[in-house]
Amino acid sequence: MEFWIELAVSVFLIVGATFVFIGSLGLAKLPDFYTRLHAPTKATTLGMSCLLIASMIIVTYRQGYLSLHELLITLFLLITAPVTAHMLAKTAMHHRVAILEKTSGKALSQRARERTIPKK
Amino acid sequence: MLSGAITIASALVCISLILNLWRLFKGPDLSDRILALDTMYINSIALIILFGISIGSALYFEAALLIAMLGFVSTTAMCKYVLRGDIIE
Repeated sequence: MEFWIELAVSVFLIVGATFVFIGSLGLAKLPDFYTRLHAPTKATTLGMSCLLIASMIIVTYRQGYLSLHELLITLFLLITAPVTAHMLAKTAMHHRVAILEKTSGKALSQRARERTIPKK
Repeated sequence: MLSGAITIASALVCISLILNLWRLFKGPDLSDRILALDTMYINSIALIILFGISIGSALYFEAALLIAMLGFVSTTAMCKYVLRGDIIE
């Protein structure tokens, strides 16, 4: 195999796996639900993008034509990750999950919780 | 070099799956557990793709795409159920 292709694929794999690991480490170690929500949703999408780019390079090299399946998965993950993060934050807010003491703007959370659908 | 990189990446992804499992069991709240499941399915997609690279088969991308779609739908359904007590109103 060409040396440069192998090097590029290896670098993308290591960087992507490191991002995935950092996301999960944040999920395990951070003190509060809202900070824990922030770690995997950002780090994991970036890590998955790197892994899928590596896979795209090597499959394109092996098969001889451009492989675009991985781009589909990347696009799907990039679209769905913010949606799930938003829904999880909304669930936690309405369930009154404990917030860290030093969080600023706690009154805003209370106000958002009590807001109802506007009447027509 | 490539096989070494695949081994290291697989080890990192497996460790992160174990960390997710720990959060899934420990998680003080229901939303923590849903978040841990969400991260677990994304990490399992990563593991499947690494397996596909190491075997050299393009067959596993369909499985990864299916897991991505079903994982998103299941996370959304769980959030909706916890939030409203109903999935489709």
